Amino acid sequence: MTIVVEGDGLIDAIVRLRDQPDLSFGFLASLTATDQLSADPRFWVVYELRSVEHAHRLRVKVGLRADDPRIPSVTSIHPTANWHERETFDLYGIVFDGHPDLERILMPGDWEGHPLRKDEELGGVDTRYHGAFIPPVDERTNP
Amino acid sequence: MPVERIEGHLAGRTPEEIEEEVERGVLLTTLDKAVSWARKQSMWPATFGLACCAIELISTGAGRYDLARWGMEVFRGSPRQADLMIVAGRVSQKMAPVLRRIYDQMVEPKWVISMGVCASAGGMFTNYAVVQGVDTIVPVDIYVPGCPPKPEMLMFGILKLQEKVRTTGRIR
Amino acid sequence: MTAGGIGQEMRPGRDRFGDLTPEAVEALRDHVTGEVRQETMIINMGPQHPSTHGVLRLLLELDGETVVHCKPIIGYLHTGIEKNTEYRTWVQGVAYVTRADYLSPFFNELAYCLSVERLLGVEAPPRAQVLRVLLCELNRISSHLVWLATGGLELGAVSVALYGFRERELVLDIFEAVTGLRMNHSFIRPGGVVMDLPPEGPRMIAKLLDELPARIDDYERLLNENPIWLERNVGIGMLSAEEALAWGVTGPLLRAAGVTVDLRKDEPYCGYETYEFDVPVRTEGDCYARYRIRLDEMRESLRIVEQALARLDEPGPVMIEDPKVGWPARLSVGPDGIGNDERYLRHIMEESMESLIHHFKMVTQGVRVPEGEVYTPVESPRGELGYYVVSNNDYRPYRVHIRDPSFVNLQALPTMVEGGLVADAIAAIASVDPVMGGVDR
Repeated sequence: MTIVVEGDGLIDAIVRLRDQPDLSFGFLASLTATDQLSADPRFWVVYELRSVEHAHRLRVKVGLRADDPRIPSVTSIHPTANWHERETFDLYGIVFDGHPDLERILMPGDWEGHPLRKDEELGGVDTRYHGAFIPPVDERTNP
Repeated sequence: MPVERIEGHLAGRTPEEIEEEVERGVLLTTLDKAVSWARKQSMWPATFGLACCAIELISTGAGRYDLARWGMEVFRGSPRQADLMIVAGRVSQKMAPVLRRIYDQMVEPKWVISMGVCASAGGMFTNYAVVQGVDTIVPVDIYVPGCPPKPEMLMFGILKLQEKVRTTGRIR
Repeated sequence: MTAGGIGQEMRPGRDRFGDLTPEAVEALRDHVTGEVRQETMIINMGPQHPSTHGVLRLLLELDGETVVHCKPIIGYLHTGIEKNTEYRTWVQGVAYVTRADYLSPFFNELAYCLSVERLLGVEAPPRAQVLRVLLCELNRISSHLVWLATGGLELGAVSVALYGFRERELVLDIFEAVTGLRMNHSFIRPGGVVMDLPPEGPRMIAKLLDELPARIDDYERLLNENPIWLERNVGIGMLSAEEALAWGVTGPLLRAAGVTVDLRKDEPYCGYETYEFDVPVRTEGDCYARYRIRLDEMRESLRIVEQALARLDEPGPVMIEDPKVGWPARLSVGPDGIGNDERYLRHIMEESMESLIHHFKMVTQGVRVPEGEVYTPVESPRGELGYYVVSNNDYRPYRVHIRDPSFVNLQALPTMVEGGLVADAIAAIASVDPVMGGVDR
C-alpha cells in the first residue's frame, strides 16, 4: 500500500502515522529514492514504514522536482534515517534539510557527481588512487 | 646493418675486478638459492580480505585446506611484518588509496597475489565504483581467477608464486 | 557502564560535529603553562584491521581506554550493485544481487526473486518453495558458523574459528553438490529454482542433520560456561529495545533486546507458516544474549531443514511452467561444475527449432516485467533484508534498492560502544555480525 505525500507535509504525515494507535508505524524500514528521468517530478523519495504492534507495512512516496531536490529530514522522528538519508544524498544528490551530518557515505569524500542518477554513466572509470606509480615489469624491485 | 652492442655490467672493468666479481657472484648465487628457498617457505600474508574472496581465503587457511602446510601459518595483521599481500575481493574507489598505502608499508621483498576476478580485472562490476584490476595500483605477481576461486585454485596460485620466488629470487 | 544516547543530541561542550567548542577548549587550558590539555585521543581502527569484519573503519575517541565517541565510516566496499542491475536483465540481476551480502547469498536471491515474482504476479511451484526454504535455512546455519568463527577469532578463541570453518565446510559441500558453487550461487531465480536436488542430495543433507547437532553441543560445552567468554560477552554492547527500534535494528540484535520480531513468523513467505519452529528471544540485550540466540537459531534451522527434507519426497517441477517467465534451460551439475543438461541440449539443438528460439530469446532478452514497484522483506541471518524493486515494463530492472540489515545495524554501533572499553568495542562489532558487502553494496 502506497501513499503519496507533498514535501511540506512529510514530517506531519510521518508523525501522525506513528502516533495514531491503530496505525502506529513506528519503525522505518527503508528510505531510498528513484530517478524517473523524463517525468516530473523527477525524484521520488520512498519511505517504507512498518508497525511492530500490528505487523503491517506502508509505503510513503514524495515527489521532488529536478531543479530543487530538497526534502525535510526525518532523523528527528526516526533516528535510523540518518545513514539512509546520507546514502540517498550521496547517490542521488537529494538534500535533506535538518540532517545533522549530511555528507557522502559510500563514495569517497571528493567524488563528483551522484552516481545513481539516470543521466550518470555506468562507468568502468580510471582508478583514483591519487598518484600511485607502477614501474614497468623489468624495473620492479621484486626479486 | 650496424649491430647494437649491448654492454653487460662487467664492461669497462679490469681483469682483477672481474675475477673478484666472479668469485663474489658464485657465492652470491648459492646464497641466492638458499635465501629464495627460505623466503618461499615461510611467506607471511598480510590480511587484506575485502569481500567474498576473503571468506574463501579464510577457508583456505582453516582446517580442511590448510595454508600452514606451506609456511603461511600466520596471517600478520600489520603489513610491516608481512611479505605477501593477497588482495582478496573487489577494490572500491574509496579503498584504492588504502590499498596502495598498505602496499607501501610492506617491506621489500614483497609479492602480491590478486585473488578473484574482481581484484584481477574488475570482475562482473564494470562500473564507477570498482577499480578495474588492482594491477593499476600495485604490481601483481600472480592472478588467480574465479568468483570466488575455490581454495584449491588459490593454493595452486600460491604454489606457483613459491615456484617463481624459488627460481627467480635474487638478493642484492 | 552507560550506553550513549540515541539521536544526535549535542553533548555538553561539543558542537554539532562532535568537536570541542571554543569554551570547552579554554576550560582545558592549564593555568600554569598555558597549554591546552588534550584529554582524549582519536584513534583510527581500520579499514584494514584483523579485528573488524571486513573493511569497516571506526574513528574512536578514547579517554584512556574508554571509548568516548565512536564514528563508523563505511563505503570501502561500495560496488555499485544497484546501478549495475539497471543495465542487465532480470535474471542477470540475480548474479549481481547474490554478491551483496556474500555470507547469505540465498537470502539476497530469494528476496530479489520474490520481488520479481510479485511484480509478475506469479508464484513459484511448491517444490521450488520447499527447496528455497531448505537452502535458506542451510545458509543461515553457514552464516552463523562464520559469525561464530570470526567472532571467536577476534576475541582470541582461535580454536572456535577453526571448528566453525570446519563445520561450514560440511554445509558448503552440500551447496556445491546442489548448486555447483560454494558461494554466490545464482540458484534461486524468478519463477523458482534453477535445478532440482541431485540424487545424492537428500542423503548428504540427512548426514548433516545427524552430525551437526553434536557439533553445536560441542560449541555450547566449550563456550557457554567459559569464564573468559562470559567475561568478554556478558554485559557488553548493551542495546535496549527502544534504542534498537529507534535505530531500525532487526534480527538477533533486536531479539536479544526482548522484542519478538521474526519475519518468518510475522510476515511469512515461501510457506514458512507451515513449518514448526520457535524463535529464540532473550531480554538481556548484551553480546552473550546474541550469542545464545544465534546458537539456538542454528538448532531451529536444523529443525526446519528436517521438515523441508521430508516434503521433498514427492517429485514436482522446480521452475514455473509459464514459458514467458521460467528459465528455459535444464541444468545439471557435471564433474566440472554446473552446465546444461545433455538431454536438453539434444532437444534444442536437434529436435525442436522452436525450443531453440525460445531458449535464445529467454536467455538473452529475458523476461518482461510489468510496471510496478514492490518491497519484499525476508528474515536473513542478520535481520530484515528488504528489496525495493521498481519496474518500467522493460526487460531490465528500473531500480533495485537493497535494504541491508547490516547497514542499519551498524548505525546502532556507537550506542553500543560508547562508554565501554576498546576491547569491548571489538566484541560488540563481532556480535553485530556486519557483512560489509551488504553495508556498502
